[in-house]
Amino acid sequence: MSTATAVPVHKVVESHPIDDVLRADRLPHILCPGCGIGSVVHCYADAMVKSGRPLDRHVCVSGIGCSGRAAGYVNVDSYHTTHGRAIPFAMGIAMQNRDLEVTVISGDGDLSSIGGNHLIHAARRNVPLNVICINNFNYGMTGGQAGPTTPSCAKTSTTPFGNLDRPFNLPRLMANIGAVYVARWTVLHVRQLRMSISRAMQKKGFTFIEVLSPCPTGFGRPNDIKEGLQDMEQYRRRCRVEPTIDLAEIDIEYTDPDSPIYVGDFVDIERPVFRPLPSRAEAEAIMQERGK
Amino acid sequence: MSSTALSSAPAARPAAHPSASAARVLTGRHFMLGDHACAEGALAAGLDFFAGYPITPSTEVAERLARRLPDVGGKFIQMEDEIASMAAIIGASAAGARTFTATSGPGLSLMMENIGLAAMMEVPCVIVNVMRASPSTGLPTMVGQSDVQMARWGSHGEYGVVAYAPASPQECFDLTIQAFNTADAYRMPVFILMDETLGHMTERVVIPEAEFIPRVNRKSRAAEMNDPFLPPDELVPPMAHAGEGFKVHLTGLTHDERGYPTLTAPAHEKLVTRLIDKVRLHADRLAMVDEYELADAETVIISFGCAARSARRAAVLARQDGERVGMLRLKTIWPFPATRIESLIAEGNVKRFVVPEVNMGQVRREVERLTSLPVLGINHPGGAVMTPKAILEGVRS
Repeated sequence: MSTATAVPVHKVVESHPIDDVLRADRLPHILCPGCGIGSVVHCYADAMVKSGRPLDRHVCVSGIGCSGRAAGYVNVDSYHTTHGRAIPFAMGIAMQNRDLEVTVISGDGDLSSIGGNHLIHAARRNVPLNVICINNFNYGMTGGQAGPTTPSCAKTSTTPFGNLDRPFNLPRLMANIGAVYVARWTVLHVRQLRMSISRAMQKKGFTFIEVLSPCPTGFGRPNDIKEGLQDMEQYRRRCRVEPTIDLAEIDIEYTDPDSPIYVGDFVDIERPVFRPLPSRAEAEAIMQERGK
Repeated sequence: MSSTALSSAPAARPAAHPSASAARVLTGRHFMLGDHACAEGALAAGLDFFAGYPITPSTEVAERLARRLPDVGGKFIQMEDEIASMAAIIGASAAGARTFTATSGPGLSLMMENIGLAAMMEVPCVIVNVMRASPSTGLPTMVGQSDVQMARWGSHGEYGVVAYAPASPQECFDLTIQAFNTADAYRMPVFILMDETLGHMTERVVIPEAEFIPRVNRKSRAAEMNDPFLPPDELVPPMAHAGEGFKVHLTGLTHDERGYPTLTAPAHEKLVTRLIDKVRLHADRLAMVDEYELADAETVIISFGCAARSARRAAVLARQDGERVGMLRLKTIWPFPATRIESLIAEGNVKRFVVPEVNMGQVRREVERLTSLPVLGINHPGGAVMTPKAILEGVRS
């Protein structure tokens, strides 16, 4: 009996610029029609090609969820780990081999709910990881439950009559904790997203990119959004690129059709990068430098 | 009293404390804390990366490594919690390191999900649980041995398990080295089940020259020749590390030989059977015991860890009185040395077993499964080690 992926595929083109970066034998993917995760994977793949570093230096670590499946589709060393734990797993890889470019791709629930503690500590310590948080406002893989980024008043399978909670403002959270690069884009803004991921790869330290994505099956259905194109329309109509805005102003009120959605490259700073404990001699030298 | 002799002597420089050494292997005779001996065993075994979180009574393992590991070129990170610690040591091992974490019962509970991940991804790593009285917060500073079955069955699902049980600071050193070699040889997480008594006990530890520390390296896809001491079969696939160019995919999902998610019952059966067989089919190679006066023993005490120290004394006293008592000490609790126990029974002398343990019968039930001979448990849930006298009373009852 063949596996679920053995569907005949009609070749339209002989080759594509990111053929080397994708695991063609894993296609077609499991993502729903209208889902934006594929666009994010494509932008990540492009950024890897443009990074000037060979693919063998790139590592992708993901958690659990539809976004977490991204690691399986890219043709680099990839690790599909436990729910919420991609960041400390990635930290282990990055600290053991400083020569690797380690990127975490995961979803809003995986990274900010169950994974929240690891997110804030990695950002606080400025661990050199690129984190791409695909925010589709719900837990899609398990059928559309509420999560910490679910908009107020939205309906989900665990908030069937409307969400009372206020969602996270993830860029604000990350900026306040000290991430050295923070951005928010949507899967409509593929050019900016690609450049943003490239910038994150250049940065030394902890970088965080939130990417808004449609999820017609999980979030769209209970909220009268029939297809991904409608979300893309919302992004087109409501998004404002405001890189210098006060991040306290960029909460997303998705269910209010007149409320703007602010996107942009919000933070780009430098600060010392995390490292494991230095040797005694080096620690004493560092302390002396700091006047202690 | 005249003080001239002392006050006029040049001030002697205190000898550098072993923890200030930059040598990986602290060759020599030491009077050493059990937790420290475990840390030194890890260093001698070639530890590259430690990630951990403090918890009594294991904290001294981390503290020792915080001092020593960076100076020998390794990486020490205190993580935000035990879950992160376990995740980090799997990641670092996936990138080629020998990795280690140290915890106690409550921390091991937190690590359980990721222990399953390490088993499923077949990533070598070593976890020491310095057991304390449980359940829950229990008696944080006092002894327990009640995580035995947890080590065997702790994560959801089924997978092979190896767990070492030192009974002295010397064995904390020796068996930690063994644990690293087993982890690498079988590509799995391996447990060391210490307890608070051992961890906080100070005793002689003899550390040999570096060249006498045994090392078995994991089978590597990148290496031209693999370690000749690896188990000689196909149950353990060669490991590809991050950055070696193999474009490896490791996942916790059920997967095929390429590592790709394969969500079917036949794939699951094939994978899980192999994860179990890695240990099951090598159980006789892996199981380690220590034997005392078993040749003609009618009563056999089976024990491990701190309880084995009282048990040994009880056996010695019984023998002094002419009683045919022997002791089988478990140096691995998992795999359980079923073959040795069965062969002992087959010799025909054993009339009963006595199993003292600082828990309510976790090893006893393993012995009961193997025999219809009487098995007497001497049990305490934690906080104190049973005395030799209490064990002797049980033996004589």
